[in-house]
Amino acid sequence: MMMSLGPYASFIVTSYAAAALVVAILIGWIMLDYRSQTARLRELDRSGVTRRSGRSATDTPRTIS
Amino acid sequence: MTLIDLANPTRFLALTARVLPWLAAATVILLAIGLYQSALAPDDYQQGATVKIMFIHVPNAWLSMFVWGVMSIASLGTLVWRHPLADVAAKAAAPIGAAFTFLALLTGSLWGRPMWGTYWEWDARLTSVLILFLMYLGLMALWRAVDDPSRAARAAAVLTLVGAINLPIIKFSVDWWNTLHQPASVMRMGGPALDKSFLIPLLVMAIAFTLLFVTLHLAAMRNEILRRRVRSLQMMQASRVAFSSETGTGSRQGNASNEAGAA
Repeated sequence: MMMSLGPYASFIVTSYAAAALVVAILIGWIMLDYRSQTARLRELDRSGVTRRSGRSATDTPRTIS
Repeated sequence: MTLIDLANPTRFLALTARVLPWLAAATVILLAIGLYQSALAPDDYQQGATVKIMFIHVPNAWLSMFVWGVMSIASLGTLVWRHPLADVAAKAAAPIGAAFTFLALLTGSLWGRPMWGTYWEWDARLTSVLILFLMYLGLMALWRAVDDPSRAARAAAVLTLVGAINLPIIKFSVDWWNTLHQPASVMRMGGPALDKSFLIPLLVMAIAFTLLFVTLHLAAMRNEILRRRVRSLQMMQASRVAFSSETGTGSRQGNASNEAGAA
């Protein structure tokens, strides 16, 4: 079934497309930022810089009980 | 696990690693249901099919204020308890809130052109939301402009709490002033004025966008914690380099004076 959007279809489609684009940019930016930060932490880890706790910079505990 | 455990950034990272996939899946499912229901919603007897813009515009408008509310609570955490995660939460929320506010303005403008005959009107509701958007941008600029994170955190927290005055102005602007924007039709005394065929898709989309915010916010907070970890490790590395070069210079000077004494 084809949805009829009437004479203002361009306004409706532009609204949904803009929302999809902005949300996609937000998701992409957050994912790229995560990759960038973890890569920098691994680089620091390899160069021998460790946290005061002695744990690797990229470590997180496996359980949170 | 108690709530206080989450105050530890390492435990917080572990929690986000566990819950993010579930939150993302729930967001996708709810968004799909909401979009399907929005597509099937009937045309409004006055607005026609443009009423479908409401299902995008209203959740973004709600979230633009909700995110500032979250940032205001986080700012209290920064100023009163000086908790580092509070500033992380506020800083991570700002770009997401700015994006939702931008979408509220844009979709409102695209809805306004066919219904009001204009993309923009300097009325109280539209202007106060534009001010909110500019305040988001200002806060993001402030965090970037100040090098010391703790100083930036306090300044941003004060600005956020001052900016929270704008939230009731946005909410009640349609009641206090004569505006082109319609008054509240969902959250109002006497219950929603919307028919169920519009209200249900709107509420599903609102919950889906709220879940989207929670998911993106947790992921952005995780990134901010990692960024601060990178910064502290880089500072540690720089201080080690400076210390070793100082001790190297000191020992060379010591050897030179010994040699001079021996001569």
